[in-house]
Amino acid sequence: MQRRWIIALKVVVWVLCLCPAILLAWKATHDLLGANPLSEVTLSTGHWTLYFLLSTLAVSPVRKITHIPWLIRFRRLLGLFAFFYGCLHLTTYLWFDKFFDLHEIVKDIYKRPFITAGMTAWLLMFPLAITSTAGSIRRLGGSRWQRLHRLVYASAVAAVVHFWWLVKRDLTRPESMAFILTLLLGFRIIERLLAQRTPRTPPIVQES
Amino acid sequence: MLIKKQPDIPSSEITSKSVYMNRRQFMTRATLLGAALAAGSELADPEPAQANTKLTMVKSQFSTTETPTPFKDITNYNNFYEFSTDKYGPAELSRNFKTHPWKVKIGGAVAEKKTYDLDDLMKLATLEDRIYRHRCVEGWSMVIPWVGYSLSNLINQVQPTSKAKYVKFTTLMDMGQFPGQRSQVLDWPYTEGLRMDEAMNPLTLLTFGLYGETLPNQDGAPVRIVVPWKYGFKSIKSIVSIEFVGSEPPTAWNTATPREYGFYSNVNPEVDHPRWSQATERRIGEFFKRKTLMFNGYGDQVASMYSGMDLKKYF
Repeated sequence: MQRRWIIALKVVVWVLCLCPAILLAWKATHDLLGANPLSEVTLSTGHWTLYFLLSTLAVSPVRKITHIPWLIRFRRLLGLFAFFYGCLHLTTYLWFDKFFDLHEIVKDIYKRPFITAGMTAWLLMFPLAITSTAGSIRRLGGSRWQRLHRLVYASAVAAVVHFWWLVKRDLTRPESMAFILTLLLGFRIIERLLAQRTPRTPPIVQES
Repeated sequence: MLIKKQPDIPSSEITSKSVYMNRRQFMTRATLLGAALAAGSELADPEPAQANTKLTMVKSQFSTTETPTPFKDITNYNNFYEFSTDKYGPAELSRNFKTHPWKVKIGGAVAEKKTYDLDDLMKLATLEDRIYRHRCVEGWSMVIPWVGYSLSNLINQVQPTSKAKYVKFTTLMDMGQFPGQRSQVLDWPYTEGLRMDEAMNPLTLLTFGLYGETLPNQDGAPVRIVVPWKYGFKSIKSIVSIEFVGSEPPTAWNTATPREYGFYSNVNPEVDHPRWSQATERRIGEFFKRKTLMFNGYGDQVASMYSGMDLKKYF
């Protein structure tokens, strides 16, 4: 695909990714967030963080299955949007739920497993977001950068666990998120196992 | 003797009316009426609406002076899992819920087992306009002007025997009307229970109305219990059976997750839910969070029932 087409498509995807945030802001200013608007903002930004995290993880499998190589060009964009919604989500918690009461926040992270999991998910995303530039890849070196960015798996697991633990009773949504995550991680494991069975380079036989 | 006095301004007149609930129907009728008038013909009899009817009631000494939460929020932000686990679901899904005819069976350890017709049950005692604080276990709260009478009126009427130690309440079981009952999210039908002294406490309200009118379906129509010093889920909705029993009855949320929801479930800022804090709450309509009060602020009337009890153990 031509470079300028990819750029144009990137702009479209970028605008689409911003839509949930714009819609939320519009609803907030038009009194459309229901009886408990602050809770609605927290839930909505949380859901979108998860959706974007899973979308990011879906890029590689989809690319390999469909043989569309240029899909990889959208992975960073989606990952950064996951971080963006994660930051909004964290901010709503720190602000509207805790009103920046540091003592309460620390106590919460320590005492409540679902907060610990959520905080872990965000903290694991943070180094990935700041090393997402081409310059960082160069500085760290390709393989080290890649190893660091495997943290995204841990972040996604922590995010799903966070969602699972906070739900009161109806687990339908966290279950479906966990199912998708299992598929996405499972794909990678199977891919690895297959790669080990059929080595690309013939083994070097040492002769004594 | 209770001196009955008509309220200066019934809460139904201060705030939003049930017209809001039936706004679509209202608009349709208005349109039909307009069309009929234009055509110079008579308007055909409209289908009997399930509009909420006004209730005659007196002011209550147990009311809080806090500002009631708007009708719109009380009737759109509901936890009523029989309809949906989504808070905004019950308002829509309960639209055609049938509340007439409705019978409430009184059973168990009572002198006289009896089944009440809703209309008779409603006439058993003087209805009161009672404005209560409502605290949900999830950490939000409202101020709700309920209409009903103390459950003790009914209990005195049916005369439980000495074997009655607890009261068990049961919600209607009807998968056709309650789509949520087709899922396994709770053990249906919903059941709740109170200790005899809790049931006899004057604050425990057998509730028929909200904002001066019969209960909207999504708020537990046609008859529910309101226990204002306990978390909201103890206040069971759409009751069909009240049974007097000798031992602690199983209750829906306690059966589902015993570690998280105790039989007592008294509002207590010092005993956290295993997964979240109960120290603060968000009053619907407010930006800042409030400190949650012990027994939801009803300590003066109820604390003595639990003296000597370890409330961390009996949460």
